[in-house]
Amino acid sequence: MNSTHIGWAGLAGSFTLIVIAMALSVWQRLRLSRSIAWAAARAAAQLLAVGWALRLVLDPDASVLWAWAWVVVMVVFAGATLRQRAPEVPGIWWLGTLSMATVILVSLSVIFGFGVFPIEGRTIVPLAGMMIGNSMTSCVLVGRRIVAEFSERRDEIEARLALGQTWRDAARPYTGAALRTALVPQIETTKAVGLVFLPGAMTGLVLAGVDALDAVTIQLALMYLVLGSVATSVTVIGLGLTRQLFTPDHRLRRLDRPATSS
Amino acid sequence: MSLSAHRPLLRFESVSVVAGSGAALLVDVDAEVVAGMITVVAGPSGAGKSTLLRLGDRLDIPTGGRVLFEGIDITEMDPCALRRTIGMVFQRPVLFAGSVADNLRVADPHASAERLESALEQVGLDGSLLGRIGDDLSGGEAQRVCIARTLLTDPKVVLMDEPTSSLDPANRRAIESLARELADRGLGIMWVSHDHDQVARLADRLVVLRDGRRVGEAEAGAYLDDVGALESDGDGSHEDPPGDLP
Repeated sequence: MNSTHIGWAGLAGSFTLIVIAMALSVWQRLRLSRSIAWAAARAAAQLLAVGWALRLVLDPDASVLWAWAWVVVMVVFAGATLRQRAPEVPGIWWLGTLSMATVILVSLSVIFGFGVFPIEGRTIVPLAGMMIGNSMTSCVLVGRRIVAEFSERRDEIEARLALGQTWRDAARPYTGAALRTALVPQIETTKAVGLVFLPGAMTGLVLAGVDALDAVTIQLALMYLVLGSVATSVTVIGLGLTRQLFTPDHRLRRLDRPATSS
Repeated sequence: MSLSAHRPLLRFESVSVVAGSGAALLVDVDAEVVAGMITVVAGPSGAGKSTLLRLGDRLDIPTGGRVLFEGIDITEMDPCALRRTIGMVFQRPVLFAGSVADNLRVADPHASAERLESALEQVGLDGSLLGRIGDDLSGGEAQRVCIARTLLTDPKVVLMDEPTSSLDPANRRAIESLARELADRGLGIMWVSHDHDQVARLADRLVVLRDGRRVGEAEAGAYLDDVGALESDGDGSHEDPPGDLP
């Protein structure tokens, strides 16, 4: 067995850790063993299916258009997943799709524009997947935070509007707070990398036998890519959602409680 | 103040509001705010008083009828400019994070310290409060800061939505006096209240709402009779009798 091919036997060996997790669940009566088994089986099925499809897309002889088509599917699925995860956020499907598309456009333009990686199926698909995957949680967070903030602070926002502020000015402190909340975890992760944990891509490269310094430079590029992607996606969702919560004549739309009472 | 000074400023023409649930919050209500007078909107809870007030500041829009400011339909005006001309004071004092000066500068970002001090003095507060954090103010002080903030936009009309409901009697009287001063300076005041005594003290003109409808003059008169009416108001300085007769 070489370092990049663990084989079915190696995979089965790693499954031992799942058995340990299930055993711990039984021992502590957590009633999670079925969930753990299901999660492990589902992950296996999904990844094997993806691996099989990726083999076709990443084939050096295959057209790069297949890779781009794959990215389009990922973007659309990301929007649908966001809607599932945060149904209380109005317009999250189209905002999520728009933000992911923006992230792909901006980030890949930079990465490929500067020639950081070559434009090939084997770079397009994993990079896009990494950006979308890392942006999802932050997008859910910022969407939920804005909806909560605008519901809780409705009085303040309307007081600002009543003083003649535009919707943009009236919303700025609250949207800004939500954007900070969503971005801080990714900034903290970026700060802690190397000291607290070794990130996945670097670990994978080192395991695959790549020189540690080469692995670090690739990882750094990816970390910058992810931080930029998260910032972009969160900003697109945050500003888009904020705009959507106001009418064209600068009134705050109703969220979870009526605006009028007497 | 001469009667000619009592020109109409804000006029609600047959305004109706239907909520998303289909409930009628206001039905064909007519009302008017005139310069130099206090128009009190009275009625029981849920009558539609605050809804009417919000229409005046375009924080909500009517599903029927229209609102005119100085004869112009407010939907034809820039909403931000309109809201600087028609100020609004809310039931609970709403202070933003930061100092009193920070709060006042939301209304006028370029105001000098002297102008801010003057705004505070207008509402009976000392200029030394400018550096205080909003959270440290009493309820009465906070509401006065909110009024000062509103006045910094130089409004012609001030809509006040039960501004004293959370205040003690002394502060209540002080804010009422302030509203009277503003009216005497020529501003049009619309004041929502369900406090009968307060209605009697303040109303130059009266709009009584019940179940989203404006009650007739006879019923409005009876509403006042029920509470001792304006005859008990020893002030006697107002030229017009109560009752909005647009």
